[in-house]
Amino acid sequence: MNAPPATANVAPAVQPGPPLWLLAELTYRCPLHCVFCYNPVDFALNSTELSTDDWLRVLREARVAGSVQCGFSGGEPMLRDDLEVLVAEARRLGFYTNLLTSGVGLTEARATALKQAGLDHIQLSFQDSTRELNDFLSHTKTFDLKRRTAEIIKAHGWPMVLNCVVHRLNIDYIGQIIELAVELDAEYLELANSQYYSWAELNRDALLPSREQLERAERVTNAYREKLGDTLRMFFVVPDYYENRPKKCMNGWGNIFLTITPDGTALPCHTAKMIKGLDFPNVRNMSIQDIWYASPGFNHFRGDAWMKDTCRTCPEKAKDLGGCRCQAFMLTGDAANADPVCDKSPFHHEVLKAVALAQIPDAQRTVVKPLVFRDPKASRQFTEASTPALK
Amino acid sequence: MNAQQAAIGLDNRPRVAAHFRLQWEEAQKSWVLLYPEGMVKLNVSAGEIMQRLDGEKTVQALIDELERQFETTGLTPDVLDFLAIAHRQGWVKP
Repeated sequence: MNAPPATANVAPAVQPGPPLWLLAELTYRCPLHCVFCYNPVDFALNSTELSTDDWLRVLREARVAGSVQCGFSGGEPMLRDDLEVLVAEARRLGFYTNLLTSGVGLTEARATALKQAGLDHIQLSFQDSTRELNDFLSHTKTFDLKRRTAEIIKAHGWPMVLNCVVHRLNIDYIGQIIELAVELDAEYLELANSQYYSWAELNRDALLPSREQLERAERVTNAYREKLGDTLRMFFVVPDYYENRPKKCMNGWGNIFLTITPDGTALPCHTAKMIKGLDFPNVRNMSIQDIWYASPGFNHFRGDAWMKDTCRTCPEKAKDLGGCRCQAFMLTGDAANADPVCDKSPFHHEVLKAVALAQIPDAQRTVVKPLVFRDPKASRQFTEASTPALK
Repeated sequence: MNAQQAAIGLDNRPRVAAHFRLQWEEAQKSWVLLYPEGMVKLNVSAGEIMQRLDGEKTVQALIDELERQFETTGLTPDVLDFLAIAHRQGWVKP
């Protein structure tokens, strides 16, 4: 290793293990406009993407630091035409390589090249099924694309892993979604309820399902589980707004997970950049080793010294580590507060308010905000609109 | 597929299942099993068994090899127990 000793940086509160999971967000460019996208709302400001050589160096440094799972994500990672080069190097280094894609751009030729590069796994996501809900339900265009992509994935011997973000507008069709996965001969299906960050947070009132919707969806999923057995493994992720205790977010801040954004910013999770007042390092001027072990941004929420009384005195603090720092920041204005999903949080009423609204049918609501679709124009508008408020 | 699959016996020639990759991780000083978006860190015994599964060697031959190498006897129940778990988890094929 040629990383310089980290003398100028702070010592970690708790010495973490290696960054086992590396998420390489290659680009924020995307042909889709999903209302639940977790890319930052101000993504349009992030225009200078890392070069191929930068990424190759990131992969090598991360591997030396102990990373072993590598996800190529975005935006739509297929839009990078050096994807095959990066996958080949990652595979050569010993990473297990995952591609997270909508399937748009995954042609037979590129699939062949990716297979040759040694790509281990493709996670195929359903497209924005809100804008295309009718199409999706009628099994026309979307189905054709998914069918073609699924055939390509199968033909190359990859496991078929489907991911569908579930929310108020599509959760009632969960049976159809499962049927689609069966038709595509998928091995795994992730039914991931939208988590309310970034674009999904902007659209939260329109996306958070009612309790009744949620319970029905779980019933339907369980019925299919019984019917299908091991042929299709399904993961159902509930929205944490309906829980009384927070999730152990990212399995702990700076514990196993390392995200590199398209411009090279290194984050402990893909949304952490929203937390104002925290400085995050960039791979352009710091090694992965130093980023992980010695940068203030990564050490800030390690251990429990940062916790406020609600968490510090809580007997359950080791179980969830106070939940999600981003959620605490979004809903309380201070990332060091307990995640307000927790019913011990003094801000828990913020979550209850959203849950209460979710029980009101759309037709009976007095205020209905239009859905905001993720695209560069909306990104610039919302960034400008929110800038003064941040000062 | 059936939840009650036939157990792996001494005459089987098991191998690591497709879509799983077994490799030594220096940073963790252990054998790990990698699969889509996940990883299982194997303990020392599990690592010693898994790295010997090649689809050609019988379980009996594998046990003989382990007993010779570690100068011990009576490993059969432990190996069969582990293989049963690994099979149930989908990590190995008989």
